[in-house]
Amino acid sequence: MTTTSRWRALTHHHLFWPVAVLIALLLVNVPFTPDFFSINMTDGHLYGSLVSIVLFGSPLILVAVGMTLVIATGGIDLSVGAVVAITGALTCSYISDQTDQNTLSAVFLAMGVGLVAAVVCGLWNGFLVARMGIQPIIATLIIMVAGRGVAQLITDGQIITVNSEPYKLIGGGYWLTLPFSIFVVAAVVAVTVALTRRTALGLLVESVGGNAEASRLVGIRSTRIKIMVYMFCALCAGIAGLMISSNTSAADGNNAGLWIELDAILAVVIGGTSLLGGRFSIGGTVVGALVIQTLTTTIYTIGVPTQTNLVFKAAVVIVVCLLQSPKFRAKVFGAKGPKGPRRDAAPVEPAPAPDAAPKMEVSR
Amino acid sequence: MLSRRNFLTAAVGVAAATGLAACAKEDGSSAAAAGSGSKAITLGFSQVGSESGWRTANSDSVKSAAKEAGYTLKFSDAQQKQENQISAIRNYIAQKVDVIAFSPVVVTGWDAVLKEAKAAKIPVVLTDRSVETSDDSLYVTLVGSDFTDEGRRAAKILEKVLEKAGHKGAVKIAQLEGTTGAAPAIERAKGFKEVMEADHADDWKVVVSQTGDFTRAGGKQVMAAFLQSNPDINVLFAHNDDMAIGAIQSIEAAGKKPGKDILIVSIDGVKDGFVAMSEGKINAIVECNPLLGPQLMEVVKKVKDGETVERWIKTKESDFMQDQAKDALPTRKY
Repeated sequence: MTTTSRWRALTHHHLFWPVAVLIALLLVNVPFTPDFFSINMTDGHLYGSLVSIVLFGSPLILVAVGMTLVIATGGIDLSVGAVVAITGALTCSYISDQTDQNTLSAVFLAMGVGLVAAVVCGLWNGFLVARMGIQPIIATLIIMVAGRGVAQLITDGQIITVNSEPYKLIGGGYWLTLPFSIFVVAAVVAVTVALTRRTALGLLVESVGGNAEASRLVGIRSTRIKIMVYMFCALCAGIAGLMISSNTSAADGNNAGLWIELDAILAVVIGGTSLLGGRFSIGGTVVGALVIQTLTTTIYTIGVPTQTNLVFKAAVVIVVCLLQSPKFRAKVFGAKGPKGPRRDAAPVEPAPAPDAAPKMEVSR
Repeated sequence: MLSRRNFLTAAVGVAAATGLAACAKEDGSSAAAAGSGSKAITLGFSQVGSESGWRTANSDSVKSAAKEAGYTLKFSDAQQKQENQISAIRNYIAQKVDVIAFSPVVVTGWDAVLKEAKAAKIPVVLTDRSVETSDDSLYVTLVGSDFTDEGRRAAKILEKVLEKAGHKGAVKIAQLEGTTGAAPAIERAKGFKEVMEADHADDWKVVVSQTGDFTRAGGKQVMAAFLQSNPDINVLFAHNDDMAIGAIQSIEAAGKKPGKDILIVSIDGVKDGFVAMSEGKINAIVECNPLLGPQLMEVVKKVKDGETVERWIKTKESDFMQDQAKDALPTRKY
């Protein structure tokens, strides 16, 4: 009996389904790439599929973590892809203007310029959403569309190539045999978790997402909280922009971070954060982003024909989202369950948001 | 668009420094030859957008060639939208330009506006890309590259590369495709396959093929996955230089030598591609020339004078092997 109850506790953990999907996806690769899980040393750094997944997935994790907080306040930020492009463009064009591109101070200054621009974009988004009361999807659409134009202005429509060893470290280099970007992601995630779960900040964000007006009435400065999350989201996107441009040592105003906003929203949803706002899971988002990156890698390795890439991706995402829905699970798995009481328990448990019926409901 | 950009720049103050001036569209007449010599040909040109370095080089080439030929050029940027291009062409018809040239965003949907041009007796020249129309008389000629032939040339030059490297045994090719559905991606793959199946049916094989979206990041990521799933790849065929440059970084991360352990052939011939080739990391590049301005001006002159021109005027392009890279590098403009 204890094992079954433990099993139940496990399957009802909010991270169970995302993690299960991630493991399943990783296993799918094994028949196609026999040494998929093997990691070996090459040129003084670790090398293997798992390392690649984390390395290439790092920018998405960052963007998705920022997006999680915005979504927790009931908002959405479509501008992250453009912010990625602007940050990369500004930083690379600054570095490429230097006579010695390897000077540390110049690289730091360049990154500072890029990140400040990113935060300014976030401030603008937050201002429109929180102060002007514009719908988040519209407010952030402005920079999504126009921001890419700005990035192209900065790069003059060209791809700017830089040859800077220090800059290459952030997104493409290795430290202590691991990709450096892993440390950046770990630091950002740790700080975010500490700020939101060790202080009241997370609770405030959730309460603003639950009901901004009620939060204001009980004394929470919901406007300020909202502006802060948009700025934080843009900062995360900015760091991701540094990583993406550093990874290829080039800034591509047209393509850097293209559609990353959609992948990030998907990662957040797969991770179990409700788009309705009011609650969030940073851990779930990280797993969600890894699921998406693994899916991308899987498509490359198992030889899906290019024309059917997106269909394949869509099919997997549909399955993942269905697995996340308690209603679907109750219908499919609940009916098969041998025990009577469990069948009843399953659909009742996630009841607290009954009005959310047509929306995708997530397990907690 | 301008007002939207304006208030954005207020937010991104940093960006302002780089100069909004550069964005001011040259919708009006750019050449000042309006007053003198009424004989000057007026050319209306509608560009796709400025989505890549290749395209920027293409626009610059058209502008400078028009200036050199002394034509009045009316240039507009469609920002990747067909409706912008159609309205630009309608404007040119209203302004009664002598010749209209444009690089179509998409393949279909041009019949109506081209009929208007025909009714106004303004000849239309396509550049770079083609269109599908019900009536062939709607445009005079196409000045542009033959993507299928680029694929064929890539396969031919790969033969040379293999011979030069002294390669023996099976040739296992990884292919990095362009954006799915884009004409250059489809046709380059087709041309390459044609030659491969005709001449090397038993010793060459494309073991993996996937889209890298014509970008460096795409090429890098896809190649990293390829090297895991098929560690025995010994040739890479990339549909453009940028994907090859990205792939080179992945090959190096895997501890292999690009250009030696894995032979690389790519298409385009952008400056960074030549840099990689001069470093020995790319073995051969098949050029896809964006500098078709001078050829376009010649054609425009002929069309204006009522001479007959070929239906498809192919751009002048060459193939480059590694030993030519160093010499060719300083002449690369884009």
